[in-house]
Amino acid sequence: MPDTRYAVAAVLVAAAVTWGLRALPFAALTPLRASRTVQYLSTRMPAGVMVILLVYCLRDLPLTHARAVAPAAALAVTVGLHLWRRNALLSILGGTATHVILASAVFTS
Amino acid sequence: MHISPAATTGDRPRPAPAVPPAPSPALPPVLPPSSGPSEARAAFRASVGAGLGFVPLGLAFGALVTQSGLDWWWAGLSATLAFGGSFEFLLIGMVTAAAPLAAVALSAFMVNVRHVFYALSFPLHRVTGRLGKTYATFALCDEAYALATGKQARSWPGRRILWLQFFLHLYWAASSVAGALLGSLIPAGVTGLDFALTAMFTVLALDAVRDLRDDLPTPVLALLSALAARLLFPGQLLLAAFALFTAALLARHLTTGRKPSHA
Repeated sequence: MPDTRYAVAAVLVAAAVTWGLRALPFAALTPLRASRTVQYLSTRMPAGVMVILLVYCLRDLPLTHARAVAPAAALAVTVGLHLWRRNALLSILGGTATHVILASAVFTS
Repeated sequence: MHISPAATTGDRPRPAPAVPPAPSPALPPVLPPSSGPSEARAAFRASVGAGLGFVPLGLAFGALVTQSGLDWWWAGLSATLAFGGSFEFLLIGMVTAAAPLAAVALSAFMVNVRHVFYALSFPLHRVTGRLGKTYATFALCDEAYALATGKQARSWPGRRILWLQFFLHLYWAASSVAGALLGSLIPAGVTGLDFALTAMFTVLALDAVRDLRDDLPTPVLALLSALAARLLFPGQLLLAAFALFTAALLARHLTTGRKPSHA
């Protein structure tokens, strides 16, 4: 364990920066909410942000390695289940289980 | 799995009959909309899907904390106060390497600066009270943003949004502490639980794209922005992708003649 005071200070610094990033833009952007452009952005951003976060999750996918099969298959299961049943819990569980089984038992690296 | 439909978008009435209608509305109609316990219950149901993504990740985070030589309570402290999943994994390495606090601050800024964009659409105006607004911004994680800006959340009162954020916060903190305390018990051969987060964003992306109806260019622009950021700025993928995507949306808005939008 590194110095306790340092370890706590690091968390506090991270928390302060994170909170600032989450809270301060509201003060700056609230006056803009009535703007057409901001409304346009805000209705389309959620979908785009989710797509980007998904790519971020897959950013280190080893495309040229066989073990990329595990996340690729799990992704296919997740998408397939979700298009079929529209049940978020089922889709997440099915995809994660597929990945755990493949990554733990088949494509051990 | 009867608790799950509230966590999906499938329980909303839609013109297309492909999706079965809701088994029950989120609120029993006899209750006044401000009823506290029912808001908590509805928020809980909406939070379960995300919680499923949080718990394995929190366990993994906690286990990594103690494996790295930090005390178990540090996992709880970080999960409660920093509450930013991806950055907290980075923070473990920085703290064990005794990185300067300025470097911690800069990294936290770079990883979490994406939250700046959330102020454009997160419904903070529905949350009442100074304390409520304070907590809503404090606990504004990716998943809270995703759920609170989804179409199913358009009628949510602020109280339900706060409950949702509280549940997400609780899942993360509790599973982090549990992971730190139990981490050594997880068999070393079991890996890949972290895919839960990927699966969750897959589900949220599918639902959000479907909410846009036929607006295909938006997800395509997002995908192109993310891929371009992956190729050009791999170290700052999220920041670059959000910036590119916002610029692309703005350009599209300005060039498509500002047709009145139904959104």
